[in-house]
Amino acid sequence: MVREVLTDDEGLATGVSYINKDDRQEYELKAKVVVLAASACSSARILLNSKSKQHPGGLGNSSGVVGKYLHDSTGASRSAFIPALMDRKLYNEDGTGGMHIYFPWWLDNKKLDFPRGYHMEAWGGLGMPSYGFGFDPNELNVHIGKKVGGYGDQLRKDVKSFYGSTVGISGRGECIAREENYCEIDPHVVDEFGIPVLRFNYTWTDHEMLQGKHMHDTFEEILTAMGGVLLGTKPGKEDDYGLAAPGRIIHEVGTTRMGNDKKRSVVNANQQLHDAKNVFIVDGGPFVSQADKNPTWTILALSWRTCDYIIDQLKKQDI
Amino acid sequence: MKRRETIKSMLVGGIAGPLFIAGCQPEHADVKIKGKESTPGPYGRTDKEKEHDAKVYASKFLTEHELATIAVLCDLILPATATAGSATDAGVPEFMDFIVKDITSHQLPIRGGLMWLDHRSGRLFDTNFISCNMQQQKQILDEIAYPDDVAPELAQGAEFFSRMRNLVLTGYYTTRMGIDDLGYQGNVANVWDGVPEDVLAKHGMSYEKEWLAKCVDQSKRDVLAQWDEEGRLVE
Repeated sequence: MVREVLTDDEGLATGVSYINKDDRQEYELKAKVVVLAASACSSARILLNSKSKQHPGGLGNSSGVVGKYLHDSTGASRSAFIPALMDRKLYNEDGTGGMHIYFPWWLDNKKLDFPRGYHMEAWGGLGMPSYGFGFDPNELNVHIGKKVGGYGDQLRKDVKSFYGSTVGISGRGECIAREENYCEIDPHVVDEFGIPVLRFNYTWTDHEMLQGKHMHDTFEEILTAMGGVLLGTKPGKEDDYGLAAPGRIIHEVGTTRMGNDKKRSVVNANQQLHDAKNVFIVDGGPFVSQADKNPTWTILALSWRTCDYIIDQLKKQDI
Repeated sequence: MKRRETIKSMLVGGIAGPLFIAGCQPEHADVKIKGKESTPGPYGRTDKEKEHDAKVYASKFLTEHELATIAVLCDLILPATATAGSATDAGVPEFMDFIVKDITSHQLPIRGGLMWLDHRSGRLFDTNFISCNMQQQKQILDEIAYPDDVAPELAQGAEFFSRMRNLVLTGYYTTRMGIDDLGYQGNVANVWDGVPEDVLAKHGMSYEKEWLAKCVDQSKRDVLAQWDEEGRLVE
């Protein structure tokens, strides 16, 4: 568990200090190059906890931008019971949900009241039972005029009848990165290793709320056209249009944003700290925006590129 | 996350409905029930998880009487059919014994509910639930098994029975026997033939010929590709 990046009198990294979780002792590792990949928020936390004479606001934070522009994907979902899918023929449907059957963004923003967009993922199917399967087994009877509950052979029949008869759609959208959404070191709280933790300040704006509203209108249109009985209620403004709480979609990015201007960004185009050229960040932190899709592949591509750059710089003895 | 919280947050998010819960990944998704055995399966566990498992398996919660009552309930909820075994055949009482130790929030409602059941049996038939005959047992269940149709003074019994039914079904359908009864098929190595043609036809759909031509011909799916010495695909 890394506590902080250590630096020398010139402000360059000399290694890290970390806690061995087994013996709970603190150790130091010397290094020529330090690469942070702790995930967007944790890398920001390490930087903010790495305070020194040369980096009084935390390593890499002369701009004051570390931790800011935090953003996660927007997310909302709806599901429906499709009576036409009752008593289905059974076949292998593994993967219809988990692999994200994917509807890319399809509309022209000029005609909409929010910027950017979202994609949709469909789920449902004849999935493998795990804990929770069979809970409220025939609750859907209420939609077909039959009695909910019971036991015995009728119950067993109902479980099979309804198996695979619900489908759902989830929307995942782009949130606009804003300086006002940020994480920072909590002055009052440490973790079990004595390392100060982060606290979060995050709100959705109309950009995201109106996107969430549009998602729900679209879910309803599709599921209804499928002959579905919509389940649950349609969330309104008072429920943030059903948007999952920030962080729930776990696509958090943006806390160590990339840029050419060292006054307004943390890393350069090679994901190298403006303030310490032998420190790199290869997680979602350097994203200045995110597409609506999962960030991992882009993280991998940028990491690859940064690795090539580090090798090149070491060969040239520039770092 | 506890299931109740999941449901709550799902409702706020606009989702509800019971069956697709199987699609999310709850904390204890990889608990395998292996008939009468009571040791964890060979799946990967961290040291911390192994420690937790060992502690859970070494502990005791349900009493013999409670387990005996659960066994009777199990087979009233899922009796054997011509093609499938009963809940006790599938080892559901052992699952119940485990799950209340693993998810401790079930302990009080299950224990209290079983006592409620014996109390009700005592009032109606002057004996505890397992000593009633099956007709009497079913008479009690009929009072509490239909949540939309329960006398207000028996509401707590209905709440207990719903929990019991949920756990019995989840225990049953996560065994080999239950999975076979349900008809879950799942992936088969090296076979993916899409949605069966007759199912598509039933919904007025079919795969486009142009796309099918790009997919693997299922009769040749086991044929390995051949390359020449320079790595060019021959076939």
